[in-house]
Amino acid sequence: MIHFIIRRILIAIPTLLVISFIIFALLDLAPNDPTGNLPMTVPPEVREKIRVSLGLDQPMHVRFSMWLFQFFVNEPLNLLHEGFGITIGDSENRTRILSWSTRSSVIDLIIQRTPQTLWVVGLSYLFGILIAIPIGIISAYKQYSWFDQVGTFFTMVGFSVPTFFTGMVAIIIFSVQLKWFPMIYDTTLVVDSWSNFILQVKQMLMPVMVLALYNASQLSRFMRASILDNLNLDYVRTARSKGRSENAVLLIHVLRNSLIPVVTLIALGIPTIFSGAIITEQIFRVNGLGQLLIIAIESADIPLVQTLTFLFAVLIVIFNLIADVIYGILDPRIRYD
Amino acid sequence: MEYLIQGSVMIEKKPHFITFDNEIQHRSLWGDVWRQFCMHKGALAGVIVFIFITLLVSFGPLIHGIDPSTINFRERNLGPSLSHPLGTDNIGHDTLAQILAGGQVSLAVGFFAMLISLVLGTLIGVLAGFIKSLDGPLMRLTDLFLALPILPLLLVIILLFRDTLRTLYGPEAGIFLLIVFVIGITSWMHTARIVRGDVLGIKEREFVTAAHSIGTKKRRIIFRHILPNILSPIMVSATLGVANAIITESALSFLGLGFPPDFPTWGRLLYDGANFIQITPTRVIWPGVFIALTVLSVNYIGDGLRDALDPRLRGK
Repeated sequence: MIHFIIRRILIAIPTLLVISFIIFALLDLAPNDPTGNLPMTVPPEVREKIRVSLGLDQPMHVRFSMWLFQFFVNEPLNLLHEGFGITIGDSENRTRILSWSTRSSVIDLIIQRTPQTLWVVGLSYLFGILIAIPIGIISAYKQYSWFDQVGTFFTMVGFSVPTFFTGMVAIIIFSVQLKWFPMIYDTTLVVDSWSNFILQVKQMLMPVMVLALYNASQLSRFMRASILDNLNLDYVRTARSKGRSENAVLLIHVLRNSLIPVVTLIALGIPTIFSGAIITEQIFRVNGLGQLLIIAIESADIPLVQTLTFLFAVLIVIFNLIADVIYGILDPRIRYD
Repeated sequence: MEYLIQGSVMIEKKPHFITFDNEIQHRSLWGDVWRQFCMHKGALAGVIVFIFITLLVSFGPLIHGIDPSTINFRERNLGPSLSHPLGTDNIGHDTLAQILAGGQVSLAVGFFAMLISLVLGTLIGVLAGFIKSLDGPLMRLTDLFLALPILPLLLVIILLFRDTLRTLYGPEAGIFLLIVFVIGITSWMHTARIVRGDVLGIKEREFVTAAHSIGTKKRRIIFRHILPNILSPIMVSATLGVANAIITESALSFLGLGFPPDFPTWGRLLYDGANFIQITPTRVIWPGVFIALTVLSVNYIGDGLRDALDPRLRGK
């Protein structure tokens, strides 16, 4: 197992390097001028100076290595310095990845935005799992019953209808018509009293429910299929024949075995919910990571786009690795050597 | 071979054997598939809904003769009426005409993007499965593409290359080509993996070895022996590809980085309507309903096809 993990990490490093280069090259080769958005009255020599100040006079490989160095060496060291007070090297004069439009550190911007995304996206994923597992179990155990028929239909609908439509419908019903919940997520709200807590719950309810239903419909399909695969196996018959109650058979024997693929699927799904949050955050105006990316793309803030996109890729690679490891730990039949 | 199979069937079904002469009927593979497909109620409903939507957006504009780009400020933000069945928007566009026009684009994007990703996925899958020396590199490439954060990259590519392609091919064709192309080249990976797995299994089978031994060329083996046998996973991923492409396109348009407002798709109409959600909520609902119905019907068709093409389920 250890060998497998080390080998996978060793494969992951070149993969990430190639991905970061692809993103960098894409952003760099594109016919796009960062000074293009400036007013026409700005004279060409000033434009040239701005380009130099952004570091654009350097050749591409220098800028790419610089970004790599800043991302993998300077920023982690800086986080150590600010977070834990451990100083390695010259932390005052370390160059950091700077956003072109705000001239502030990209990592600081990302750290500012992460809690909102994690709250909304993380809670919705948690609720999604909590909804999906019981529905999957009942649907599979009572296959072709009315519950299964209704459940399968709703999961198919939830799986097919994009979140930007369900979100909009939720806004029309609950904000415009019933006026129960606010339309726009207010991130300046500080939870310091009971009434503010209620407000916070109210404004989180719609985005969380919309994403949770979407996640739940995908997961419960897999949960149902996985339980159906297990229900007819020999060990279930053995468990029944030795006299265990139906509940114990279902909830201990079958559930544990059918959760194995579902747990890996949950791990694999975590990075995709971050990119899914790009859309949800846009619907409900949550100022999280997804919205930061959209703003960065619209203002052609290349360092911010590069870093955020690469972070999404890092998440995908890490959770792929985690999913493989979990699968190996949970299922003793899997041997990676 | 054929004779043997028929013989065993006759032995198993003794009662039928007596009436064998009058009920001899040719049952083809695709006949069986279609029969199984029809057993799946959802899939059948999906086909009907999908055909209905396709006919509606293809021939609807001929019946509902209002030009989608006509601006009429006197008739803005209207509710449904006889001349504007779905009302009008804030500058007097007819919503129905816009939805019909947008549907043509959305469906075309779905179809062509699926075609690109299918061809690419099948090509890479077959090459990786059939040619041993290509397997490693191509599968690494697939893994690499699977690790790319697709939605952020799509947004970046579209933003950066939009203007260049617009000047090259014109505002409408340029953005259409760009979106179809980028969705196509970022969604072939699952098809490639499935196809590779199936090719690996099939190329070891006796009929392929037999074809090899009589000196059949590799290309001919691929086209005559392997491709027909992996048709079912390809067909299933084709239907899912259409659904995926339509959702991706509308998500891009919904984020404001897809089609321009004068060349709307369902996603773009939804995006434009979102700002007027308190005045005319129907502008959000109708495009959304069309996206949802199309994707739902295509997904049901995919479900039914998967069941129908699975020989273990067929004939039950």
